[in-house]
Amino acid sequence: MKVFRHTGWMVVRQLRNLMREPIWIALMVIQPLIWLLLYGQLFSRVGALRGGADSYVEFLAPGIICMNAFFGGSWSGMAMISDLDRHVIDRFLAAPASRFAIILSQVVRAGLIAVFQAVLLLVLGLALGVRVHGGLPGWLVVFAASALLAMAFAGFSHGIALLVRKEASMIAAANFVGLPLMFLSAILIPPRQMPHWIEQLSRFNPVNWGVQAARNAIVSGGHWGATGGYLLFLLAATAATSLFATWCFRAYQRSI
Amino acid sequence: MDAIVVEELRKRYKDVQALDGVSFSVREGEVFGLLGPNGAGKSTTVRTLATLTQPDSGRALVAGEDVVRHPNRVRSSIGYVAQDSGVDWEATGRENLMLQGRIHALAGARLRTRVDELLELVGLAEAADRVARGYSGGMKRRLDIAIGLVHRPRVLFLDEPTTGLDPEARAALWVEVERLAAQESLTILLTTHYLEEADRLAERVAIVSRGKIVVEGAPDELKSDLRGELVTVELADVDGGMEDAAQLVQSLADASEVGFDGRLVRARVPNGAQAIPTILSTLDGHGFQVASVTTARPSLDDVYLHYTGRDFATEDEAGKR
Repeated sequence: MKVFRHTGWMVVRQLRNLMREPIWIALMVIQPLIWLLLYGQLFSRVGALRGGADSYVEFLAPGIICMNAFFGGSWSGMAMISDLDRHVIDRFLAAPASRFAIILSQVVRAGLIAVFQAVLLLVLGLALGVRVHGGLPGWLVVFAASALLAMAFAGFSHGIALLVRKEASMIAAANFVGLPLMFLSAILIPPRQMPHWIEQLSRFNPVNWGVQAARNAIVSGGHWGATGGYLLFLLAATAATSLFATWCFRAYQRSI
Repeated sequence: MDAIVVEELRKRYKDVQALDGVSFSVREGEVFGLLGPNGAGKSTTVRTLATLTQPDSGRALVAGEDVVRHPNRVRSSIGYVAQDSGVDWEATGRENLMLQGRIHALAGARLRTRVDELLELVGLAEAADRVARGYSGGMKRRLDIAIGLVHRPRVLFLDEPTTGLDPEARAALWVEVERLAAQESLTILLTTHYLEEADRLAERVAIVSRGKIVVEGAPDELKSDLRGELVTVELADVDGGMEDAAQLVQSLADASEVGFDGRLVRARVPNGAQAIPTILSTLDGHGFQVASVTTARPSLDDVYLHYTGRDFATEDEAGKR
């Protein structure tokens, strides 16, 4: 089908372009690893924060994987702004390119990068003593959670990018949404240690859905039913934000 | 058959009526120029024909298909080279072309051959595998044109193809466009705000002003419609007698559209060679010293002034804002 073919070629284009940016590659690899090492040390002596894990690093690893995925997704709309500025999008629009593929390729690209980073983080985690108690299904759940989280936020990010069309506004929007969602989630501390109202609020936070799914897979290696539910929620969120981005793309097309 | 038919196109952006009833048609295989100052509505017209912009009303057919009802059929038969380059800077010239070919459903050996052929055609064969970020302005423009041609379109839109290029690159691109016009059985619609560019490249031009076509025809026809030549007389040492000088010229039988500006008196006459001696002796007889005289055949500038009553350069400057 045309939409998948075009999505494929456009993903290839984006990844190939990124592979030509050595600094981007270095940061993409090093940054999540630094987060895991730094935060892992910071709270390592607070026993109450482990939430049943063997070590704080093990508790933290799924959190950092998800934090990384959703940050990556929230920022991914920057690529759309640069494509708009360079008129690459107009060039595709004047050709019989699949409109949905233009959006979908960006979203898929964000998901692939998040999965790649999740692999790196898990490998570092293993070296630090993290065990994936869910075994192979556990690994797959972690990858699915990070991919879906990144994609859900990439859809949102691209919608905003298409509405504001300016890098500065895009950065402001990503921060405005990103930081609160991080602190309203169980990335750094278990829900039991949260103030009651934050715990309640965190149930509606997509970031938290990813964190809970990944943490079930790594730390407890169980609760598959709940985990599947979280992943389905994330899938629905991804569909919703991708539709939002598509709607914003139509608005862009009408405005030119 | 006409390759492009445009009927009464209208488009309004918030407070600007960009297109105010644009109509024209372009014959197959022709190079047609839309000429007008910045902000006249040229780009909006081309963007509408390239299916990017939805008109508020009116109709446009490109290669026989309606741009609003069957945009995808139109897209398959056009190449669109936008005013602002659509080159992906981080990709190589070849990658840019391969992707565009794939969007047009080309694949395999046919696509690779076509891409090689185009890189050769636009003189980018050696730079093909370098990232486009390092290309010069002229190279990016030529890559843009190659991107527009990858699927052998029937109609090619060139929106301000030489804007922002240095004179050398512009001259090279003119040769390129002339070669395309001759080689491929291609209809080319180009927009420009350079009068000499339209004059040089286009077989027919339509002059656009404030969202309307004011006149349409071959450049030579338009110019000869104006009949006559423009005579400019520069006077030496005048203090305040300019109006008298202009009136003297005006009183001569054949002179029309007489005006003055600084030490220059301008008049339109049917035949410069015949008129100049009379003008000179008349001015001389009334004590005016003439420093120089020039005659010019009408330019598209004059055509623009004649049909819109406005000066092209002034309008162009105003349109940038």
